[in-house]
Amino acid sequence: MSTTSEQLADPSATTLLRFATAGSVDDGKSTLVGRLLHDSKSVLADQLEAVEAASLSRGQDAPDLALLTDGLRAEREQGITIDVAYRYFATPRRRFILADTPGHVQYTRNMVTGASTAELAVVLVDARNGVVEQTRRHAAVAALLRVPHVVLAVNKMDLVDYAEPVFAAIAEEFTTYASELGVPEITAIPISALAGDNVVEPSANMDWYGGPTVLEHLETVPVSHDLTACHARFPVQYVIRPQTAEHPDYRGYAGQIAAGAFRVGETVTVLPSGRTSTITAIDALGASVDIAWAPQSVTIRLADDIDISRGDLIAPAGDAPATTRDVVATVCHVADQPLAVGRRVLLKHTTRTVKAIVKDIPSRLTLDDLSQHPAPGQLVANDIGRVVVRTAEPLALDTYADSRRTGSFLLIDPADGTTLAAGMAGDAFASVTKAPAAEQDDEGWDF
Amino acid sequence: MTTTVTDIHDTDTPFALSHLDSLESEAVHIFREVAGEFERPVILFSGGKDSIVMLHLALKAFAPAAVPFSLLHVDTGHNFPEVIEYRDRTVEKYGLRLRVASVQDYIDRGVLRERPDGTRNPLQTVPLTEAIQQHRFDAVFGGGRRDEEKARAKERVFSLRDEFSQWDPRRQRPELWQLYNGRHAPGEHVRVFPLSNWTELDVWQYIEREGIELPQIYFAHEREVFSRNGMWLTAGEWGGPKDSEPVEKRLIRYRTVGDMSCTGAVDSEATTLQAVIAEIAASRLTERGATRADDKLSEAAMEDRKREGYF
Repeated sequence: MSTTSEQLADPSATTLLRFATAGSVDDGKSTLVGRLLHDSKSVLADQLEAVEAASLSRGQDAPDLALLTDGLRAEREQGITIDVAYRYFATPRRRFILADTPGHVQYTRNMVTGASTAELAVVLVDARNGVVEQTRRHAAVAALLRVPHVVLAVNKMDLVDYAEPVFAAIAEEFTTYASELGVPEITAIPISALAGDNVVEPSANMDWYGGPTVLEHLETVPVSHDLTACHARFPVQYVIRPQTAEHPDYRGYAGQIAAGAFRVGETVTVLPSGRTSTITAIDALGASVDIAWAPQSVTIRLADDIDISRGDLIAPAGDAPATTRDVVATVCHVADQPLAVGRRVLLKHTTRTVKAIVKDIPSRLTLDDLSQHPAPGQLVANDIGRVVVRTAEPLALDTYADSRRTGSFLLIDPADGTTLAAGMAGDAFASVTKAPAAEQDDEGWDF
Repeated sequence: MTTTVTDIHDTDTPFALSHLDSLESEAVHIFREVAGEFERPVILFSGGKDSIVMLHLALKAFAPAAVPFSLLHVDTGHNFPEVIEYRDRTVEKYGLRLRVASVQDYIDRGVLRERPDGTRNPLQTVPLTEAIQQHRFDAVFGGGRRDEEKARAKERVFSLRDEFSQWDPRRQRPELWQLYNGRHAPGEHVRVFPLSNWTELDVWQYIEREGIELPQIYFAHEREVFSRNGMWLTAGEWGGPKDSEPVEKRLIRYRTVGDMSCTGAVDSEATTLQAVIAEIAASRLTERGATRADDKLSEAAMEDRKREGYF
């Protein structure tokens, strides 16, 4: 039995990249995804056979790689993708989680969902069409969700004779647009997903391009950065109190570090109470450590026996967020029933869920051209809008620009539990007036 | 046009986590969310490798305190004796509480009828659903992974089920960031999948890293088997082989562990974890494609079973 040594890289040295793809079938997204999976040997023989058989029974000559991800009967029957599909593949350097978002049905909702956990978004354009309305919408969603890295894949270069000026013009137009929206890093790559140019292997047809292939870029884009520069945040999930003979007095606060790093000896503030204490120990799933960082799940112990429960936030004493009951945010409405002014909802923020009321919906945003529509009265499915929400209890809320994890929230229907909207506190887009370079350094991306 | 491409290997950056650490942290976060928000959670524990990894993660998530959940096993009556022995030993070792819902009981009482093909996997749905109702479990941890099967690829981490345990893929809640919405009405429950983002290889690499013990049938051993639908099934009292199915002794191991009637073995010489990992990395077949007869019934076999309340 032969072994693929590439898959057997030292598991402790491979990192994880979550990324999302945006684009429609027409842009060749399925072909790109199919090629990434196929060329990294992530599509196995029985899956390929099933796809070939299904394609044949539909009268298609070539295997339709979209069938790999269209897992539900309704999707296959209607030939559409309804839901975000998660795909998994690996190279010697990285493990990848791909959120493959469909281009048509429930478009905004699905792409917002896929982008919410992504550290990178691949936006596809057809080289023959260039930047179109849909491309601007994709860029806007990536910017809104503060995805740190965006790849513009200019596809079907074979159909424009691999001409550099075509690529350069599209890349410049997109980069200008996305930069204005505050996307911190944009990498444009000329590809042909069908012919395989610059997807996994460098293209022999585009000598003028000296950058990475799509896969090389996915393998090398940084997934970590200097977390000590971020605002450290630790939402308490659960209080661990064994109360056993062996551990009579153990009291630990379990949670996943949402942003930044915490150290033993550090003075911290607990919100919303405002009490301070000192970290005496950090238990990192069996190991006692001096420092831990996002997104590690740990248990923190404090010097003082103060009242802390699920929903509280532990933050450095000198860098704790202000608490507020008035939330101003951008939301993506994800439910079928509309969200209207006056609606009573539950707001779920980190590990805390509180009652809230929608006080105002000042505007609705059209993603195609970023035009604002004042006072829409309500938001319907797939709308993006600004909302003002008043909560029953104070929240330790960051702006989403500072911290994706502690600046985001859900609005939930208290009657039936439906997730109504996904919210991001603060301004929708990074301001165009700020200097982009300085802003990049200040971004508190939490991974 | 390429702006900044920093060519640093991740391990050079001080705050990178390995992919196993990332997946472990995510799963532990999910366990703790459930502990914080639900009244009566339960872990589905079959003694298979995915449920063993789930239990290991739960133990780590709440240490040094005990796991705040009980265990539930839906016993088809056709389970491998090695696996049942492992299950009971594990429950004993960690002082856990195990409930068993028995398919055999349902058959003996005439509530369920044996299928003509002798396969009991689909029969697990009713005992599972009734056990959830009877014990009023509100969160049920399953070891399902999205890489296993295409219907599972669209499953949420928190998956709402109605009072009949049914899954409606078109009415799933979008799942954003790490904010899991577990709201449910009385009688409804949430299936929770902490290993959603793990692959088969991740599970094995994690088992090796953590030194987790597994039932011996996961490693190569000699066994009397016979061929049915292109798979090696264990000869035994459960109803196989038929007269036309000759039995032979082969060196095999199991890649998945389930009902003996529909879980196939693979030819293997892998007697160690390292050998198993090398074998999986080189395999050109998916785990279910190689070993599960019940998924070969139709293109939507898993989706149909999931809709009815299957794991």
